[in-house]
Amino acid sequence: MEKQILIKVSKVKKTFKQGADQSLLVLDDVNLTLKKGEIIALLGRSGSGKSTLLRIIAGLTAADGGKVSYRDQAVTSPVQGIAMVFQSFALMPWLDVMQNVELGLEALGVPRKELRKRALKAIDTIGLDGFESAFPRELSGGMQQRVGLARALVVNPDVLLMDEPFSALDVLTAENLRNDLLDVWQQENRPTNCILLVTHNIEEAVLMADRIVIFDNNPGRVLSNLSVNLPRPRDGEAPEFRQLVDQIYRIMTGVEDILSKTLQPLDLGYRLPDAKVSELVGFMETLLEEAGNKQIELSELSEDLHYDIDDLFPLTEVLGIMRFTEQKHGGIQLTMAGKKFAEADLQERKQIFAKHLLGYIPLARHIRMVLSKRLHQRVSKKYFLAVLEDYLSQEDSERVLRVVTEWGRYAEIFAYDDSDGKLSLENPQ
Amino acid sequence: MIKSNQQIWRNNRFIGWRPNFWDFIALLLLALVLTLLAWGASQMEAPYLLGQPLPISLSVSHLPMYALRSVMRLLIAMLLSLIVTFVFGALAAKNKHAERILIPMVDVLQSVPVLGFLSITVAGFIALFPGSLLGPECAAIFAIFSAQVWNMILGFYQSLKTLPKDISEAANMLQLSSWQRFWRVEVPFAMPSLTWNMMLSMSASWFFVVACEAISVNNQTILLPGIGSYIAVAILHADKVAIVYSIITMLIVILLYDQLCFRPIVYWAEKFKYDLTLDEKTNRSWLVDLLSRTRSFTLAINYINSFFHVLLTLRFGNPYKAEKHVSRPVNKHIQVVATGAWYSILFVICTAAIILLFRFIFQQVPFNEVGGVLLLGVYTSLRVLCLIVIASLVWVPIGVWIGMNSKVLGYAQPVIQILAAFPANLIFPVVVFFIITFRLNIEIWVTPLMLLGAQWYILFNVIAGTSSIPKELHYVTQNFGISKWLWWRRFVLPAIFPFYITGAITAAGGAWNASIVAEVVGWGDTILVSHGLGAYIAECTTRGDFPRIALGIVVMCLYVLVFNRLLWQPLYNMAQKRYSIN
Repeated sequence: MEKQILIKVSKVKKTFKQGADQSLLVLDDVNLTLKKGEIIALLGRSGSGKSTLLRIIAGLTAADGGKVSYRDQAVTSPVQGIAMVFQSFALMPWLDVMQNVELGLEALGVPRKELRKRALKAIDTIGLDGFESAFPRELSGGMQQRVGLARALVVNPDVLLMDEPFSALDVLTAENLRNDLLDVWQQENRPTNCILLVTHNIEEAVLMADRIVIFDNNPGRVLSNLSVNLPRPRDGEAPEFRQLVDQIYRIMTGVEDILSKTLQPLDLGYRLPDAKVSELVGFMETLLEEAGNKQIELSELSEDLHYDIDDLFPLTEVLGIMRFTEQKHGGIQLTMAGKKFAEADLQERKQIFAKHLLGYIPLARHIRMVLSKRLHQRVSKKYFLAVLEDYLSQEDSERVLRVVTEWGRYAEIFAYDDSDGKLSLENPQ
Repeated sequence: MIKSNQQIWRNNRFIGWRPNFWDFIALLLLALVLTLLAWGASQMEAPYLLGQPLPISLSVSHLPMYALRSVMRLLIAMLLSLIVTFVFGALAAKNKHAERILIPMVDVLQSVPVLGFLSITVAGFIALFPGSLLGPECAAIFAIFSAQVWNMILGFYQSLKTLPKDISEAANMLQLSSWQRFWRVEVPFAMPSLTWNMMLSMSASWFFVVACEAISVNNQTILLPGIGSYIAVAILHADKVAIVYSIITMLIVILLYDQLCFRPIVYWAEKFKYDLTLDEKTNRSWLVDLLSRTRSFTLAINYINSFFHVLLTLRFGNPYKAEKHVSRPVNKHIQVVATGAWYSILFVICTAAIILLFRFIFQQVPFNEVGGVLLLGVYTSLRVLCLIVIASLVWVPIGVWIGMNSKVLGYAQPVIQILAAFPANLIFPVVVFFIITFRLNIEIWVTPLMLLGAQWYILFNVIAGTSSIPKELHYVTQNFGISKWLWWRRFVLPAIFPFYITGAITAAGGAWNASIVAEVVGWGDTILVSHGLGAYIAECTTRGDFPRIALGIVVMCLYVLVFNRLLWQPLYNMAQKRYSIN
């Protein structure tokens, strides 16, 4: 029997304005259906537009094209029947647990008596009894997110949307809360018919979801749709589980492989990932230590370092572009240059880094060129921001310039003085 | 299971309704306050004709009554300020067209000397309520209101603008109506900043309460019953004993205000703090402790709470709707026309106001008088700058010492709080007495008068800055054996700089305001007039020379604005960028 469709997302498009006539496409032609009885995980790197998609489904943001419907009704504003849980919990600190949970019912105009009964039941279900009169500030992160869950569940939502609900919690607490949520989900005659979970944690997706939708970046679109048919409760150490995790890594880095294989010359508008020099250096040292010049699986590396994909992928992307590493089939290894860098001393490292920075990052090359042409070799950062804003949003331009400035200062290819906001070639006295 | 939950929850609210001993005490307090306020209000609408002298008695037995009348004015002004804050703060935060005009306007109004408002509006209010004391009362209340309201509006507006995105989204997802959203989410979020600004305003407005009651206008002196008039009459009669009495009364009033109003509100506002930490020391208040020990009051507060609860959760207004980038063309057309009309009307009003003001001033005032008034402004500016320098030299070292000494800090803070609220103009006669006795130079010695009220802001902020320096930094300076002069230059002064600047800005604003009452002072039959813009405005007010009052106020506004933009704003920005520790 075909399962009932609760939410249908068809051809959704979303662009964000950047400056006067530039715009950034964040979601392009996204199609998705949520059916009754499913937990669906939306998996992707940060900035892939998955949270934006969640907000469009919730009715918090309007799409620029395409359509979202909930039980055949178009969604243009928050509707009854769809509730949301937030990454940062988003509790009202001036209301106690009870009042926080009741707030949504009050908005619906539920009579006072019933309201109290339902709130107490939700608090009980999620394991918060005894904390009714506590204020959020008295609670740990895990307990706060329980309040967030109770607040969402008390309105008996048909569809529950969750925006990285466990990523602000420590590992053990997150594990505990995931299991409790699954217990609630598996209760008979539950009112909630579908959960959509946004996450960047691959293991979390495999642990919880019936179906995993993998999202691609720039622009965000559905890359792959995987069914998870492992029996519950799932064992994170089981071979089938690990196989699935590795498969997802391959799918997600497969795109990266293509990107670096074509090696299309980058332009100034390339959005440098937010990677700190110290992290890049540390990562290469780890690669050298763990694998020498052999290949190592990314999933293994991520587990060793306790890095999730949002921490890991910016590093691998930058190192790939700067030809310090190579990636193949979900694995990574140092290039000759990378190995040389990892073995070098501090001064030598700076020289190698400078060479690769100027060789492969056009923005760094451009800044150096402009500075050397100027008489006093000092140029305001506003000049470069204006250049970048032809390609990027103001926010991204500032971020990219900040990143390249840090790299450039480390490599000593240019200097920066924050008090007058000028980049220069001179070294500080 | 559910039953036991209910039990726990009930335990919190319904301890039992039988009254206990504390109920009795609290009830007495409440009855007293209510009776006094009711009586004070009934006295306000006494019949009055312009020119009719209002008898102010110098007998001590009248002082409590006068104090009460002064407090009434302050409270009424505060209530007005709150309403205006809610309306205009919210309007500016939610409508960008309103925001563009309201926020700069408030910013300018902030720099208009408060007593200038009084000089201008008193005639209008008297005409509005002929034959009643309500006219001068309203003028005084309006002036006090204008001393309180601007920073409240700005603070409220800024809070609404910084409502965290996730909280706002959560409110949208819960489908709160706009009324519910305002009272259940936005106002609570703004509460810490709002109460803080209210308390600042209250402290600052004691000064104006005293200054506003004895209004000299059109060569007549209207004396509103109150502590300010009492002291004005005492000065006229050169009655030293009465001056001492009024100072003591004021101290008592401010102590009571601190205990009955300031502390409970600060304590209450704690729970609205957004950053969710437990560790901070909470401010205790004996009044709150007393009330929470009483059963009947806890019960009554619960009833009041549930009443407000019902009121605040009414479902007025529409829930949030996501906006599309492309709206329908018809709507867009109307929108463009409406926006255009709105800005054109604003432009016309502004131009008309400027033309009217110019004609009003220069029909009677010859144009070459402007130069003289500008020169007077220079004198007052010099006084303000001197005073900031003197206050800094005196109070920065003392403030640093207090801030480093947690024991002293505990004692000093409440005392300074009260001193800051204490209206400096009550001390004026004491200083003037010295000036006359020792035949001191009036041009120089009025500066300390302006300093009296303003200095506390500097001290306050320096203490706050010093005590907020992280412990680790102190350890570092000790560890490296950093000696005296280097310690000041490289460590303490930079660390407290952002705080010091905030204090100096507030002090300068206060000093400009004080100049109107400080540059013309009297004792008995002697009246001392120094050269300055404040004296100019004060004298014109006494003569009822409205075009010149307007000219004086406009010039003073200009000076304050120029100082703010050219001196304080850049310093403030630099302090925030370069010297703030976080």
